[in-house]
Amino acid sequence: MEMKTTTFKENARTAIADETLQIELDRLSFGFPEKRKKAVDRMPEFEQLREQARDIKNHVLANLDLYLENYEDRVEKHGGQVHWCRDAKAAREQILKICKAADAKTVTKSKSMIGEEIFINDFLAKNGIEPIETDLGEYIIQLRGEPPSHIIAPAIHVSKAQVEDAFRRVHTDLPADRNLEDPAALLQEARGQLRNKFLQADVGLTGANMLVAETGSNVLVTNEGNADLTYALPRVHIVIASIEKIVPTLEDASTILRVLARSATGQDMSVYTTFCTGPKRFEDPDGPEEYHVILLDNGRTDLLGSEFEEILRCIRCSACLNHCPIYKAIGGHAYGWVYPGPMGAVLTPGLIGMEDASDLPNASTLCGKCESVCPMGIPLPKLLRSWRTRHFEAKPTRSLGQITLKFWAWLAKRPKLYHKVNGLIIATLGALGRRKGRIKWIPFASGWTSKRDFPAPMGNTFIQQYHKGARGDTSGRRLREVKK
Amino acid sequence: MSEAIPTSPHVGLFVTCLVDLTRPSVGFATLKLLELAGCQVSVPVMQTCCGQPAYNSGDRSDTRDIAKQVIETFEEFDYIVAPSGSCGGMISHHYLDLFKDDDTWEKRAKNLANKTFELIVFLSDVIKTNKINGQCKTTATYHDSCSGLRELSIKDQPREFLKNINGLKLVEGKKSEVCCGFGGLFCVKYPDISEKMLDEKVDDILQTETEMVLGGDLGCLMNIAGRLTRRGSEKEVRHIAEVLADMTHGPGIAAPEKTEA
Repeated sequence: MEMKTTTFKENARTAIADETLQIELDRLSFGFPEKRKKAVDRMPEFEQLREQARDIKNHVLANLDLYLENYEDRVEKHGGQVHWCRDAKAAREQILKICKAADAKTVTKSKSMIGEEIFINDFLAKNGIEPIETDLGEYIIQLRGEPPSHIIAPAIHVSKAQVEDAFRRVHTDLPADRNLEDPAALLQEARGQLRNKFLQADVGLTGANMLVAETGSNVLVTNEGNADLTYALPRVHIVIASIEKIVPTLEDASTILRVLARSATGQDMSVYTTFCTGPKRFEDPDGPEEYHVILLDNGRTDLLGSEFEEILRCIRCSACLNHCPIYKAIGGHAYGWVYPGPMGAVLTPGLIGMEDASDLPNASTLCGKCESVCPMGIPLPKLLRSWRTRHFEAKPTRSLGQITLKFWAWLAKRPKLYHKVNGLIIATLGALGRRKGRIKWIPFASGWTSKRDFPAPMGNTFIQQYHKGARGDTSGRRLREVKK
Repeated sequence: MSEAIPTSPHVGLFVTCLVDLTRPSVGFATLKLLELAGCQVSVPVMQTCCGQPAYNSGDRSDTRDIAKQVIETFEEFDYIVAPSGSCGGMISHHYLDLFKDDDTWEKRAKNLANKTFELIVFLSDVIKTNKINGQCKTTATYHDSCSGLRELSIKDQPREFLKNINGLKLVEGKKSEVCCGFGGLFCVKYPDISEKMLDEKVDDILQTETEMVLGGDLGCLMNIAGRLTRRGSEKEVRHIAEVLADMTHGPGIAAPEKTEA
């Protein structure tokens, strides 16, 4: 996937002008938030669970080394292997090595954000191994040659008609006159296409919603059951996960599962929740013969202990995306990299650097809706602001906006001058616009006036009027002395 | 608040830069409401800005300087009241964050934070006034500003007060809690995204078919009013303090001057 974070403003403009996308985003903003609310209202102890979930992850992050080693130990005891990978390149190469050793021609894949983060599909394809996405949404965008635009609903930006187009273009073995009007027909067709691929795949690649230190298991949560066919049918199962996915115990995993689906889709539980532990045992009727875990760091240890550590509690439920008015306006692709929405705006600068991602933490009104729905209590607005601080303090050159702001701060620290200067500006703007009540264009303020009128100031400032004895002269036309 | 409230508390009015510069009527309405509620009100002339623009842009050092100035100017009062959830929240929630390495200032910031309130919260939850009974024959919808709603839990208080306004009928918008796209400098840095958010807000407001839009933060109200007029709507936009203080004779935000005889 190409990185497009530096053209964020352009991406956003394109997205806003895309009518199909806007219809789909409207639908999203009605669906998920309402379902989440109902699910949370059904569960009086939800707030308490949120706190428990937060505490579990805080404890893990404070003892990450310990739990990772425990986890590795358990995986090995069950006959699996853990591969520690510092960055995306190391992870890709390790996966390729395992695939080559298995003489793999095709790899089935269930949804994984880490897969996106290390660009595994392109890499496998370049090396002659065909990756096949098996989550319906992922399958659709793979056919369309796109990255996901949402964490749990990767093809949320695609309309039904566009899905039909993609299927007709790619599934040329099927009769051209088949009826694909009904969404169920599309689903049936995808299922038919994928069935043989599941059976033929040499390697199954899955992500992990959690890794359990106590048992060495990985947790897989889906609504389609595709992850189960992905890991159970091929001879080799590779799990790709980042290091912060660890939880200490099964009990902890169940606490987090209780907030995960409710926050994500508003379900009490996802349809399929699977715990995979090692390769097939002697007595198991089926399962993979090899079990590998790719443990990816890719910049996360740099976030540990920093002001951004709390983002490592994220469980990728998408509640922050689903409730974010910015995400709703521009969709996921505009963010320009793997992780969209508020969590992405915090995590992305941590993984690819603030220089390339500086728009992401800035493009937010800090409205706080994300924090209010985050099941892990991540203070997303605070973290967005911390990126702004870090950026401001590291950057020697200033934009025009920053210079203006610096001037405002300089003025605000000199109250007498502040009142004189602003008094003059306000008197001028007031004289210009008071009759009509608004000003249509102000030089150097086109960011405001290109989209909305500027409400004309009344003419005299409150402080001026008050200290000349005015009490409640609200017409603002001219300063009138009012006897007290 | 468990502490006893002084019989005639001395309130320092933090008028906020937007009210001071663009809409003094909100300042006078605030003044009237506070005095009606039995407060003795002072307006320190040394006040400027709460520092939020610098804070949200990552400029901690200037924010700290401005915060110190606000603390010095206002710490002598029993209470500090601002007709804005955004500026009120800045002082009561975010100043603390600025002085983590400075015990003396942290203590002073905390002292100020504990007695700083947004106007409606102060009238409703602190001083518990029953002196609000204005008159305003209109239908209105209320926009919940983000800082007020999510930082300060302002939701029912303004609606309760509006029930006491004779003739006013409140109609809720479906998206009253959704951000209007103002976000301080956000709206000028990302005008396209802001416009998209703002149009959703304005559409929601128009759907209520009310005559008036009310809110507790001038930034959002200027944003909303400016878009309404740009789209050709004459809807009256006001800060809630003007309605509660029965001071609605002047023009609304972005409205033309009334022709008087």
